Amino acid sequence: MRFIHSGSTRRRMAVAALATSAALVLSACGGDTGSDSGGEGGSGSEGEQTITFIPKQLNNPYTDVVLGGGEDGASEAGFASSEVVGPLDASASSQVSFINAETQRGTNVIVIAANDPDAVGPALEEARTAGAKIVAFDSDTNPDYRDLFVSQVDAKEVALIQLELISEQIGGAGEIAILSATANATNQNEWIKFMEEELASNPDYAEIELVAKVYGDDDDTKSFQEAQGLLQAYPDLKGIISPTTVGIAATARYLSTSEYKGEVALTGLGLPNEMRPFVKDGTVTEFALWDPAQLGYVAAFAGKALADGDITGEAGDTFEAGELGEREIGDGGIVLVGPPTQFNADNIDDYDF
Amino acid sequence: MSLDSKNAPARPAPGHERTSVLASLLKLRELPVILALVLLVAVTAALNPLFLSEQGIKDLLLNATILMILAVGQTLVIITRNIDLSVGSILGLVAFGTGSLFAAAPDVPIVVVFVLGMLLGAALGAFNGLLITIAKVPALVITLGTLYIYRGINNAWAGGTQYFAGDRPQAFGDLSVDTFLGFPLITLIAVGVVAIVAVYMLGTRQGRDLYAIGSDPDAARLFGIPVTRRVLLAFVVNGLLAGLAGVLYASRFNSVGATTGAGLELDVVAAAVVGGVAIFGGSGTVLGAAIGALLLTTITSALTALRVDKFWQQAIVGVLILAAVVIDRIASVRSARKLRIAEARNV
Repeated sequence: MRFIHSGSTRRRMAVAALATSAALVLSACGGDTGSDSGGEGGSGSEGEQTITFIPKQLNNPYTDVVLGGGEDGASEAGFASSEVVGPLDASASSQVSFINAETQRGTNVIVIAANDPDAVGPALEEARTAGAKIVAFDSDTNPDYRDLFVSQVDAKEVALIQLELISEQIGGAGEIAILSATANATNQNEWIKFMEEELASNPDYAEIELVAKVYGDDDDTKSFQEAQGLLQAYPDLKGIISPTTVGIAATARYLSTSEYKGEVALTGLGLPNEMRPFVKDGTVTEFALWDPAQLGYVAAFAGKALADGDITGEAGDTFEAGELGEREIGDGGIVLVGPPTQFNADNIDDYDF
Repeated sequence: MSLDSKNAPARPAPGHERTSVLASLLKLRELPVILALVLLVAVTAALNPLFLSEQGIKDLLLNATILMILAVGQTLVIITRNIDLSVGSILGLVAFGTGSLFAAAPDVPIVVVFVLGMLLGAALGAFNGLLITIAKVPALVITLGTLYIYRGINNAWAGGTQYFAGDRPQAFGDLSVDTFLGFPLITLIAVGVVAIVAVYMLGTRQGRDLYAIGSDPDAARLFGIPVTRRVLLAFVVNGLLAGLAGVLYASRFNSVGATTGAGLELDVVAAAVVGGVAIFGGSGTVLGAAIGALLLTTITSALTALRVDKFWQQAIVGVLILAAVVIDRIASVRSARKLRIAEARNV
């Protein structure tokens, strides 16, 4: 009897320990569950509409700026409640369960940055059948699955500006490499495709050779080591383009602590706050980015216009995006936010994001 | 000289000594991993001389530093027939704590940061150790739980906040830039850790106790070894070292935030296993684990330097782990057979 008794106490303690851990994990995951009032009914009347943002992953500094703009936009556009839910890792299928939950709650507008253009498809189809409007932002889904895509800027423009910057910094000739995020990120691959096409066709870039594309998976450590590997594998490398905020910062950190500082040019898309020290110490001359807050802001207004039935997502439709003015929907249901800004030692202190 | 005369009587046959040195060298558990490392570096350097340039060597050492320290701690735990899967999360918490501390008090002395980071790590390790020794639940389950708990706390604490290298004092970041005799300073810290723990494991009663516990916990208890205390100590030291690694992480890398160190635990266990530490406890050395860590990080660098497709890298690490396990198995079967023969002769 004594043995059985002690065994069961042990088990109870183990269960308690596990329950505590489970509770903590759950509370950490659901950090943003606000009120879910007024979620019933597909197309509720004005004032009861709800909007939910599903970013690629939570706790990503860039995403936080985007979502900040999104929440401002949502309240200005007149949504009754806005929420942010999403996975902690940016894997292909991690967003599906969050979409399903929103469908069940009857959320009116789902704004999503897809980790994979197709993996989220079936779940979004279901949400649309239930009456939700789907706005993709930041990273597009397959166009079949959404009503609109709010793009930072024209993908081609983003690609070309990075090429211009690197060409300027390496004097128009030499080997360059690209350090991207994940190998299947929609936006990254689109930019890279445009860069490759431009390098092949534009005579100004005839002497620039793209020697490698590597993937740091938007992970600081991995990007850091990939940057290291690039410089070892390609001793003649003149410049690196990193079209991702994590990648460019990690590469800058490596360059600034190595003998390659000032020797190898680095540009791409970065956050001013993250890149400030590297611009000041001369590791990086100039890089680019759009204002991420505007992206979320426009997405919220686009969602409102869709939910109200003012627009359907056809090319040529227009809607008001608050203080940013009117936006027109282009071919393929794409809404553009604005041109990218270039940051250098002269202007970087004017920005705080 | 006096040392020799003292030790001589303990040895069975003094004339036998030279061959036994060679034989014990060949029997060394670390030998396969050392050979693999030498071979890897030689081949890579032959194909790409830049691999062993001054900057190249510095990068190799820096890359291995953090994993090395974690592998040493993990080895202590594995030798006692336990495991700690929460080290990646402990590292993350301490790294973010370090970032927060510098952000709140930029003038705090660097030594204080190290001490606080290690204390936080030790406390988290002690929590693991207490749950395991008191609740008597397998370490695999407990530390899987704390892996998520610690990561959850980190997520809740950090949110989207990240601290960058620019937020920390220059002198702190320079620890992983400056070198002494060609060795980066933080690598020297790691080498010091390996040396201290190796001496402790081989040269002290307590260290030998850990091996005894891992070989047969019940026998160790019967023999009078304070099993609970020793296992708890192993977890505390492991946590302390994970804390040290966390502080060094903040020194070396650009950003620390909610996801810092996620997934690292598997690399750490892999480093220990590749370094010849038996996963069921009782054998292996911290030196082997440290070299295992160096080997794993060197593979990544070597394959990138050789422009081998990155997607192969993980597969190669997997093959190495299997090879290490097979070599280990063959070695233990052979030594068991030898022991049987020796015993039969004695009878």
